[in-house]
Amino acid sequence: MSRATAPVAPIQVIDSEAKLAFVEFLLTSIDIQESARRAIDWLVAHAPVTEAAVLVSEGLSNEMLLVAEHGVSSGAIMDFSLYRDDTAHPLIQALHSPVPVYVETVAAHHRVPIEARPFHVIPLRAEASEPGYGLVVVAGVGPHLDTETLWLGRTLGKQVSRLMGRQLLAETRFGQERMLLYSIINAVTDPILLTDTEGKLIIANSHAEKLFAAPEEASEGWRRAAALNNMLFSAALSTSAVGMTELARRELLLVDPLEGSDLLFELLSSRAKDERQGTYVVSILRNVTDLARAKEEIEESYRTLRIAQAEVRDERHRLDLIIDSVADPILVTDQEGDIVLMNTPAERLFNAPGVDDQGTLRRVRANGANLTSFVSNVLTRSGEQRYRGEIQLADPLTGRPLPVEAVAGTILSEQGELMWVVTILHDLTEAIEKAKLFEQLKQASVELERKVQEATSELAEQNELLRRQHIALEQASALKSQFLANMSHEFRTPLNAILGYTHMLLNNVTGQVTEPQRKSLTRIDSNSRHLLALINDILDITRIEAGRMPLNATAFGVDELFDEVQAELEPIIKKSSLVVTTRMRGAVPTVRSDRQKVKQIVLNLLSNALKFTPAGSVTLSASYDARQKIVAIAVKDTGVGIPPEDQSKVFEDFRQLDSSPARGYGGTGLGLSICRRLSHILGGTIDLESTPGKGSVFTLRLPARPARKR
Amino acid sequence: MSWASMRARTQPLVLVVEDYQDAREMYAAYLQFSGFDVAEAGNGIEAIEKAQQLLPDIVLMDLALPRMDGWEATRRLKNDPRTQHIPIVALTGHALAGHAEGAREAGCDAFVTKPCLPDALVAEIKRLLELHAANAENLKDGGRSPKASKKRS
Repeated sequence: MSRATAPVAPIQVIDSEAKLAFVEFLLTSIDIQESARRAIDWLVAHAPVTEAAVLVSEGLSNEMLLVAEHGVSSGAIMDFSLYRDDTAHPLIQALHSPVPVYVETVAAHHRVPIEARPFHVIPLRAEASEPGYGLVVVAGVGPHLDTETLWLGRTLGKQVSRLMGRQLLAETRFGQERMLLYSIINAVTDPILLTDTEGKLIIANSHAEKLFAAPEEASEGWRRAAALNNMLFSAALSTSAVGMTELARRELLLVDPLEGSDLLFELLSSRAKDERQGTYVVSILRNVTDLARAKEEIEESYRTLRIAQAEVRDERHRLDLIIDSVADPILVTDQEGDIVLMNTPAERLFNAPGVDDQGTLRRVRANGANLTSFVSNVLTRSGEQRYRGEIQLADPLTGRPLPVEAVAGTILSEQGELMWVVTILHDLTEAIEKAKLFEQLKQASVELERKVQEATSELAEQNELLRRQHIALEQASALKSQFLANMSHEFRTPLNAILGYTHMLLNNVTGQVTEPQRKSLTRIDSNSRHLLALINDILDITRIEAGRMPLNATAFGVDELFDEVQAELEPIIKKSSLVVTTRMRGAVPTVRSDRQKVKQIVLNLLSNALKFTPAGSVTLSASYDARQKIVAIAVKDTGVGIPPEDQSKVFEDFRQLDSSPARGYGGTGLGLSICRRLSHILGGTIDLESTPGKGSVFTLRLPARPARKR
Repeated sequence: MSWASMRARTQPLVLVVEDYQDAREMYAAYLQFSGFDVAEAGNGIEAIEKAQQLLPDIVLMDLALPRMDGWEATRRLKNDPRTQHIPIVALTGHALAGHAEGAREAGCDAFVTKPCLPDALVAEIKRLLELHAANAENLKDGGRSPKASKKRS
């Protein structure tokens, strides 16, 4: 610094530079002692000074303190003291002098910090009117003060005056700062304590007071808690007090005096040394109750995290196993198209480690190339999450073609960049095989359908043919019926004339006939009647068979019917010697049926019985089966009877065991055949029981009411 | 002056309508033998003319006739006020269902099925004439004509 001035340089130059440096220093310095020392140094360097000292009072206080000296013996300053009120002292007198004072001798009882005589005393003040703050005592410059020393005295005086003014200000400011410090300490939420090394409280902030000091009006609990806290605190401090020179950290458990709950603090205490007050301890208590809780929570979280990590690890392991166990090859490729991950089945297709076979290697490369082109397709189709396609691969070992379906999905980063493409390959061999089979099946089905259609249309054709045939048959049948009806008319017209004229002749209309003529006419008459009966019977059968026999159902009593039939056959009965009886077995209700048809049947059966019974009796009887609602009409005779082998034949057409027409009325051989047919169209039956030589029973069974369908 | 009105009506007059000559003459002969006056007609138109001209006591009408069939002839006679009172017996060879019904609807008072022996025919004619005579008595006594109710059926 400015000390390094060269003595050989021209003084004028040196002076101005050194002065400038010195003034610069003074402006930055705020310490009187430091300024004084520097001033002495400068003086020694630039003036012919042998001894020098600076005395300053603190403010305008009584005691003048020696703050800097040069070339002075230790004896001279040992126990040196000077007081302003010692007005007889030449230095104090000089203090009040407006100009520097030259002192040649000093009384022995007045002590001066330098030993040389004479000396100059320069009062330190800024203005002449000001009291002197201090003094510069200089020896060795001769009776007249040189200009450098005078400049220095003035400059230092100004500096001291400036700094004295500052010090006064600082003192008032000190009080303020103290208050501020207190409020700062109080504002700190942590309790702060200043204690001696024993733990005795010197200063505490309000938070600390809450813990350690109980006010007069405090409860017993509070006071006890405060006492306990003090004890705990002292114990903590004492165990760490020994050798504690630096910051010490420890935990301290205290009691909340108001709440009674435990509070965990971290105790930070540091030892501070003060020259005047000795050693004391500053302690800061940081409430870590919540921290401890937080720590526990963090530890818990950490534990959970580790479990989760383990789970993730397991999961990943499982996932690897799963992926490997999937029979379909799975590959993951990065955005460059390089494979970053594949499962075992995929490796079989795209990797052939340790294989020399050129064919295999070539196929592996070909597979890779096919996959790459597929993946690059996927990569160019940004925006689509899924991509499906078919790839033609080959089994690396056998070279068997392996068509696969590839399904690719893209995995995007959180920023939406494409990270990976996951591709799953699915063997299509089976699917293609199935598709082929399905196609064949479909064709077979189409073929079958065609055949069914053909068959159906053929059937429809045949149906149509049948329908037409049916119509044709119906028409033919109608024509036949019409023909027969006409024929019967045509037959009957001449027959009518034959019968009529025969009758007239027999009745002597044209005059008396002779007996032989009568015999011949009778033959003509009976044969004509037989022919007429035949014609009528054939017409009946034709009508029944053509379904043209209309039914006309009415209600009638069977007994009346019996009377009527009997009456009609009365001439024949009379001619025979038979006993004809009628009998109603139990209650027989009125029958609802075609009366004329029933009468025709009964008439026929009775006339047959009369015809074939030479002697004995004929019985007409009726009974009713209420359960089945069937009326049975039986014609029983004591006639010739019918052998069992012929019993079924009697109902056939033109069956008459004795077909002689000479036996009275008709007998065409069609009677029973017509009876059976009629009974059928009436919903009934005719049965026969017969014993040859003993007689026969013909039984007609009829529903008491016509069936609904009729 | 008509032939019919000229002759004394001692015997009832039967008009036999039949196209088959053998049968017609047979019935005519037997009817005359049985005590009736007989007129003959061979078809429906002739039957109407004869009936209007002779006003017979009864008409024996074959239904199957040439030129105009028996049903039509019957309908016309029954619609003619001059002839509607004359009873008509239908003769039919067709025993098929519906003929009897058709004959009654046409206005026949009775019908017989061929072959019909002359005896049976004469019996039927006598029965009908007696019935008719009784009705005529009733009509005179202020009784109601059976024809009025017949028309309705």
